[in-house]
Amino acid sequence: MRKLFVYLKEYRKESVLGPLFKLLEATLELIVPLVVAAIIDRGVGGGDKGYAVRMCLVLVALGFVGMLFSVTAQFFAAKAAVGFVTKLRSALFRHIQGFSYRTLDDAGVSTLITRMTSDMNQVQTGVNLTLRLLLRSPFVVFGAMIMAFTVDVRAALWFAVVIPILAAVVFAVMLTCIPLYRKVQSLLDRVLGGTRETLGGVRVLRAFGKEDEEIGSFAQKNDALTAMQKYVGRISALLNPVTYVILNLAVLGLIYTGGVRVQAGLLTQGAVVALYNYMSQILVELIKLANLILTVTKSVASGKRIRSVLDLPEAEGAVQALPAGDSAYRVEFRDAGLRYNDTGDPALQGVSLCVRAGETVGVIGGTGSGKTTLVNLIPRFYEATQGQVFVDGKDVRAYDPAALRARIGVVPQKAVLFAGTIRDNLLWGCPDASDEALLAAVRTAQAGDVLEAKGGLDGQIEAFGRNLSGGQRQRLTVARALVRRPDILILDDSASALDFATDAALRRALRELDYRPTVFIVSQRTSSIRFADSIVTLDEGRVAGVGTHDALLETCSVYREIYDSQFRKEARA
Amino acid sequence: MKKTRQKAERGTVRKVLRCLRPYRASAAVSILLSAVSVALSLYVPVLIGRAVDCIVAKGQVDLAAVVSILWRIGAVVAAGALLQWLIGILNNRISFHVVRDVRDKAFRKLQILPLRYLDAHPVGETVSRVIADADQFADGLLLGFSQLFTGAATIAGTLGFMLALRPAIAAVVVVLTPMSFVAAKFIATHTYRYFHDQSAIRAEQTALIDEVLTNQKVVQAFGREKAAADRFDEVNGRLGTSALKAVFFSSLTNPTTRFVNNVVYALVALCGALVCIASAGTAAPFTVGSLSAFLAYANQYTKPFNEISGVVTELQNALACAARLFELIDEEPQTPDDADAAVLSDVRGNVELRDVAFSYVPDRKLIEDLNLSVRAGQRVAIVGPTGCGKTTIINLLMRFYDVDAGEIDVEGRDVRHVTRRSLRASYGMVLQETWLREGTVRENLTLGKPDATQDEIVRACKAAHADGFIRRLPQGYDTVIGEDGGSLSQGQKQLLCIARMMLTKPPMLILDEATSSIDTRTEMYIQQAFRLMMEGRTSFIVAHRLSTIREADVILVMRDGHVVETGTHDDLLRKNGFYAELYNSQFAP
Repeated sequence: MRKLFVYLKEYRKESVLGPLFKLLEATLELIVPLVVAAIIDRGVGGGDKGYAVRMCLVLVALGFVGMLFSVTAQFFAAKAAVGFVTKLRSALFRHIQGFSYRTLDDAGVSTLITRMTSDMNQVQTGVNLTLRLLLRSPFVVFGAMIMAFTVDVRAALWFAVVIPILAAVVFAVMLTCIPLYRKVQSLLDRVLGGTRETLGGVRVLRAFGKEDEEIGSFAQKNDALTAMQKYVGRISALLNPVTYVILNLAVLGLIYTGGVRVQAGLLTQGAVVALYNYMSQILVELIKLANLILTVTKSVASGKRIRSVLDLPEAEGAVQALPAGDSAYRVEFRDAGLRYNDTGDPALQGVSLCVRAGETVGVIGGTGSGKTTLVNLIPRFYEATQGQVFVDGKDVRAYDPAALRARIGVVPQKAVLFAGTIRDNLLWGCPDASDEALLAAVRTAQAGDVLEAKGGLDGQIEAFGRNLSGGQRQRLTVARALVRRPDILILDDSASALDFATDAALRRALRELDYRPTVFIVSQRTSSIRFADSIVTLDEGRVAGVGTHDALLETCSVYREIYDSQFRKEARA
Repeated sequence: MKKTRQKAERGTVRKVLRCLRPYRASAAVSILLSAVSVALSLYVPVLIGRAVDCIVAKGQVDLAAVVSILWRIGAVVAAGALLQWLIGILNNRISFHVVRDVRDKAFRKLQILPLRYLDAHPVGETVSRVIADADQFADGLLLGFSQLFTGAATIAGTLGFMLALRPAIAAVVVVLTPMSFVAAKFIATHTYRYFHDQSAIRAEQTALIDEVLTNQKVVQAFGREKAAADRFDEVNGRLGTSALKAVFFSSLTNPTTRFVNNVVYALVALCGALVCIASAGTAAPFTVGSLSAFLAYANQYTKPFNEISGVVTELQNALACAARLFELIDEEPQTPDDADAAVLSDVRGNVELRDVAFSYVPDRKLIEDLNLSVRAGQRVAIVGPTGCGKTTIINLLMRFYDVDAGEIDVEGRDVRHVTRRSLRASYGMVLQETWLREGTVRENLTLGKPDATQDEIVRACKAAHADGFIRRLPQGYDTVIGEDGGSLSQGQKQLLCIARMMLTKPPMLILDEATSSIDTRTEMYIQQAFRLMMEGRTSFIVAHRLSTIREADVILVMRDGHVVETGTHDDLLRKNGFYAELYNSQFAP
């Protein structure tokens, strides 16, 4: 937890003042029974009306000052909790920005999103309540006990007996319930998973006529959840009655002892009432404390989850000490390979490939043959776990990642855009590009009609580019990559949603670019790459052949099979 | 506006009460026990007050009387605690059962809702109704049961006891206590704005987090990490400011109401003390014991008032959640099958579409005057650009949607007059969107044919070219795959879906981009399996890759909801129309 509390440091003053004012307020509350005892003993007992009035004014004053203390405490607690979480959120967000692709894969996006949102809220509530109440309840409990001792030591022994018992009961019930609550949560997750699954597969399930079976299996999960909820409910329902009984037993003891002591003249009637009031205060605080512990346990769990993300390493920058080696090409792979995890097979191995500036390289292969992996090595999205990758003669690891990526235009497989105008999105490629440059990129990307349909560069795009079709999105992502006039352009299956005619027009326009970028085209379609300067054919992570279309047809059986599967008769004709 | 909301709320309350009907006996017992339990717990201060009155001063203590009162207190406390426990269990039972019933009902409804509804509502939204809303509803119900009623009973009870003890002092309490309620209300209405701001900014931030983190790799590919973080910090800063206000101002309620209560307490102490002094020695003295009981009551009386405002917001929230649930439950289901709907059998594969018209949105026409006659054993391919209505035809064939006009006949029978189940069982369907459930590979494969033998399963998987990779999985056919196929690749998932369909040996086949994620070499082998399988059976194929549709008997070329061309591959190429344009562009340099 220490790693998180660093962010609380700035709010050290608030974190101390909050609980402090709360304790001051609690102290005032502890004085109240003494004042009431005084009213009974001196006011009522002595028949002194003026004294009673004065003491009641004291009570009002105590309440008023208590309110001021309390408000001050709430303010400091809120400021510390909110400020702390705001800082933490910002830090975590920046931390995630620095993750490598590998770390992102391992952590999982949906996990990161829950950490940033619901876990953060939970922590905020937890910190706020902790600062306000966690110290207060034990303080009141022990304070009440100490006050009781000042009233009468013998009678107060009941407090010393009952408080440990109550504490034991509260903790026993809590400790039993917390793991059970976790079980309830996981059963709820199963009900949720079942519902989501059924909705996702509604067509398939109806096609197979599975409606009744789905209802049956849902009812089963639902019943399991309900049974568990009831079981936990039964146990947690014990807490209040049991503490009530224990406390009242102590009250009985207290009154009896009080009676004996008053009889002996060692205690007054008012003091007995005061002792009884202290006992009541303890009961109220215990109930509050139990609820508080539940909330705090939840926030601690959330805090731990946040910390586990903060513990993940950020991506490395430029590496200084590297194996020597240089390359005369724009891009060179030298026996390069990548393993995504330690146990699995390598996704790519032993790739050697030289590409000159301005060349177009096609990358083709079956599902899972390593096409995307290959191009992802160039901008160092992943680091080769075997061999080396060079850009302009330098190992990619020797570059500052930002500088390296600034020279490369990537069009990822999944075409996504961000909320904002089309201009905002295109400027991602190059923040200071002129409108003319943007329009030129749009034209090359065959996206002119998208601009028209959406109202030009100022057209609004919704988050994820939801208001565009797959093909429209793909062409805008191509334009975005072109805006930076990249030395290297990587198209990772970026024409899959385009019809063949548009795909062809796009390739023609790319060839006519005046700055002649080196282009990598990843595709499943032979038609998209058959005119490339060289084609890399991958098969299960290995290079099956490199060469031109015609050469590969002669020499590479994998390429020939792929080609035949798409152009059977024509190829022979 | 407010009136309609109240009316809607009343409607929801009625529905909630209807859900409670099976548990009305438990509910009645719970309410009864609560009343008794409150009475018992309120009786305790009276008894303690009496005990205190027996302890006056040195030598004036009636210990025997004290002990006998203490025994009575013990009995009352024990009984009260037992009742509290029973009430807790009863309330738990009622609310969890009601919610279970409602959830079951909602889920049953999901099974008969038309696809039109399900397609229009995001899965996450529907799931959140069945899960999160139901959960909130349960919490609210439980809280309502346990707090609202005991709260009301406590107020009534304490009031009764106080009036019985001393009406004048009781009046002080009754008149002043609602002040705390007023104070709470005042604060709530004046801080609502801050909450509203906070949730608006929080929603904005969540959307930003969702957008950026989902596409983190793109952000990094374009070196936008800092820009994203700066944008985040801007929103985050605003959220911080707004959250501080919301958290702080809302936390004012507690100290304020507590102050009001303290004032009431002081006044009771004062009045009580004065009455004590004044009535000392009279026939009906107001004793110190009564005063202590009164003080205890004053505390108990005000407590429900403090809690009630919280409970009411919780309840309103719970009602809102319940309303969303009921909205789902009351949603119009699909038209049920006719009572005398025929069961399709001996399907040979004759399908006839006559003057079919259909649209998803009433004023945006999609399919109009579609006519198509398919004879048994024909392969029908549907081609065209995205959004032209290809998948819609499949929706209509499977009767996921009903036609707006015209009719679809299978073996000469209008599909609206046969059972959905028998119609759908006549088709084997594989969609581009693969769907697998959490479970073993075998469970997934036998979804359509639970009694399939291992031999049959392996044969189907071999035909679908899935056997090889399944065997390489850690536990072969018994490997558990996670939600939505877990770690399987998209292509492997499609192979499993194809094998699953092949196992059922349906008389007709629907393939909607079924091989889009499978590499073309494997696809070629699967196509052969399809061909063998479809010998003499009708099939409908939607595909992007023109290589997969070339061998169809009929190719429907669609554009904007209309069939613009029909014919065989060669016919259509000769025609040199839209199809030829689509086809030839794949050879363009």
